[in-house]
Amino acid sequence: MTTQTISDIAQAEQGTSLWKDAWLRLRKNHLAVFGLVLLVLFVIIAVLTPWIAPYSYQAQNLELGASPPSAAHWLGTDIFGRDLMTQIMYGGRISLAVGFVATAVALLIGVTWGAVAGYVGGRADAVMMRLVDILYALPFMIFIVLLTVVFGRNMLLLFLAIGAVEWLTMARIMRGQVQSLRQQEFVEAAISLGLSPATLIRRHLVPNALGPIIVYTTLTIPNVMLLEAFLSFLGLGIQPPQTSWGLLISYGAETMEEFPWLLIFPGVALTLTLFSLNFLGDGLRDALDVRGAKD
Amino acid sequence: MSLLEVQDLAVSFVTRNGTNTAVDGISFGVELGKITAIIGESGSGKSVACYSLLGLVPMPPGRIDGGRALFEGRDLLQLGESELRKIRGRDIAMIFQDPMTCLNPYMTIGKQLMEPLLYHHKVTGEVARARALELLEEVGIRDPESTIDNFPHQFSGGMRQRVMIAMALINEPKLLIADEPTTALDVTIQAQILKLIAELQHKRDIGVIFISHDLAVVADIADQIVVMKQGKIVETGNREGIFHNAQHPYTKKLLAAIPTDSKQARPGTVEPLIRVQNLCTWFEQGKGKEPVKAVNNVSFDINRGEVLGLVGESGSGKSTIGRSILRLVHVTSGQVMFDGTDVTALHGGELKHMRRRMQMIFQDPFASLNPRMTVYDTLAEPLLLHGIEDRKSVAQGVLKLMDDVGLARAFVRKYPHEFSGGQRQRIAIGRALATRPEFIVADEPVSALDVTIQAQILDLMQQLGREYGLTMLFVSHDLAVVRHLADRILVLYKGEVVEQGTGTELFESPQQAYTQRLLQSIPGRSLHA
Repeated sequence: MTTQTISDIAQAEQGTSLWKDAWLRLRKNHLAVFGLVLLVLFVIIAVLTPWIAPYSYQAQNLELGASPPSAAHWLGTDIFGRDLMTQIMYGGRISLAVGFVATAVALLIGVTWGAVAGYVGGRADAVMMRLVDILYALPFMIFIVLLTVVFGRNMLLLFLAIGAVEWLTMARIMRGQVQSLRQQEFVEAAISLGLSPATLIRRHLVPNALGPIIVYTTLTIPNVMLLEAFLSFLGLGIQPPQTSWGLLISYGAETMEEFPWLLIFPGVALTLTLFSLNFLGDGLRDALDVRGAKD
Repeated sequence: MSLLEVQDLAVSFVTRNGTNTAVDGISFGVELGKITAIIGESGSGKSVACYSLLGLVPMPPGRIDGGRALFEGRDLLQLGESELRKIRGRDIAMIFQDPMTCLNPYMTIGKQLMEPLLYHHKVTGEVARARALELLEEVGIRDPESTIDNFPHQFSGGMRQRVMIAMALINEPKLLIADEPTTALDVTIQAQILKLIAELQHKRDIGVIFISHDLAVVADIADQIVVMKQGKIVETGNREGIFHNAQHPYTKKLLAAIPTDSKQARPGTVEPLIRVQNLCTWFEQGKGKEPVKAVNNVSFDINRGEVLGLVGESGSGKSTIGRSILRLVHVTSGQVMFDGTDVTALHGGELKHMRRRMQMIFQDPFASLNPRMTVYDTLAEPLLLHGIEDRKSVAQGVLKLMDDVGLARAFVRKYPHEFSGGQRQRIAIGRALATRPEFIVADEPVSALDVTIQAQILDLMQQLGREYGLTMLFVSHDLAVVRHLADRILVLYKGEVVEQGTGTELFESPQQAYTQRLLQSIPGRSLHA
């Protein structure tokens, strides 16, 4: 074997995966990298909160009451004299966890469900999608109330419940994508190579349907965070003394005129997360679209 | 004096990656009562040149760098948009390649026909309607009174193209620009449309610019031929001069790419590898409707090492036969025996094993490759799936395949969109060969390609067929191509076999009326008569 052949082989072997290429392209997109860094930072802070939070979670100073930002309390305190920064850090743990876990659940179920329905087609597709329609028609609130009544109130259940509602749209998007991809000749080529349906869906259909899925995912995460706030506000989700960004914002909104910082700082935290997600989502979509490659 | 005189026309496109010159200083003329054909491959600038005359090139990124285009003494390139609009559709009309996408699906053809008349001449609706009927009659639409209020989807491809032609002619233009008007059509329909254009041109004494990638198509109708390559005109001449006395090597190459010979019938074993018996593939149309009998009671053998050509118009079921053999569509009844095994009865692992032995090459190399997989991934997949190579040796196997199909090794990490049509078809051929199949179905593998590329791909397929000892079912609507490649030819009409024989037999003494009609439709027959 000549050295030329060997170097050709080496070149052929190194990094030929879509994901590796996508990562290389993503790295060149400054906004996306900024979003990613910020998100990672938020997650690290959330994980480390019990050790790095400036005050204990229960610590309150009723005499202080609601105080504006100061040297002792950088972001001020709430009406019970609790440190707002500590509250935001603990709230972030819950909000990020709900956002990511519920979305991951939705993504997993939705993409699989939609891909299978779209690929198999026929009667199976009809049954699977009617089920989605039925779940769509079920009022979301009743669904959650039922769940809490039956299983009691806990965090994991909240994740699952929200995920169980959000996957429906995901499944529909995925099914539409797969149905149009299925008509294309490269899918027929893959069938005639003898690929099993599972491999075919995983290798040929899902990667080609990712664009809209990623965009919808980045929209789902903030949606889920707000949904959690809404549920908590109704007393179905997180209960005090536990807190989340959504709850902090809704309390802050009540006292907006007297103590604006109670609304502003949790709002900033949520907004920054949403911005980061959008930048990252856009970047990911472009990075995964090999045709948009500029190099 | 010429009707249109183009002098030193130059058009370029300004993109982020620099300026691409699309048309590089070309000059040609069009005379009244003559057809000027502009021939070139995709990317040669033939369409851009004509579109820029009518201000139809989007600017930016397009830019006219210079030149003049005198139409009846006026320079088209200097006219403003409002003046051009008066000329477009009134003095100069266009016909496009795909008649479906050029007609508004939500408007009856009558309304669409009357529109240019009402816009340019401000006549009453009744007058316009009468005129539309007259023209439909003239372009050969049967019973225009009852079809004028139909929608485009109710017409066949050929009829739609006739409607497009009627629409172009309704304002009595002096110049007609036809951009590949027959490329999307079947051979027999193509012959009719070509005849129609030539007749109308003659009768009305107008000038025609006929843009095509295929020299053979214009062989029977063009007066003047302009050959373009990479934005430049390489040769201009009358029909005689170009076809019998071409000077430029590129023109000669184009001429050589028109397949004309019959393959010599192969002597040797007559041992059928594939026996298709009473194959029926019907598509259900829903309750209470007759199923579409795409393939109806078809039987034939393919001998080991043989290339069997399958010809027919669109809708004749030729692609469905190939797909039925490969189990890509559900077979209604009948048997496909492959080397003694009935393919239609296989399941699971047995089917997977069988798939390894038969592969397919598809028509559209833009759709048949997964856009998110590199050449490496595409070729490695079948090698690994069937255990032909293991993780360690797979890279070597991929490179071997690339060598075989004539792709540079440096392309291994590239994605399909970075390749030209011909290169993509090479990748697709490589993928089909990866499993070391014995049998290949080639479904119109060259009809989406430029003529010279067609010749290259056909050569490659022939060469690989010999090297790999392949048996092949070659499906095509193009008789000349099939004749060049196939040992035996099967003629299909409406899902049934009407005639079969060797290329020479069919071409020299066709028995059936349908075969005769098909043969007469081959463009460029006059060249060899």
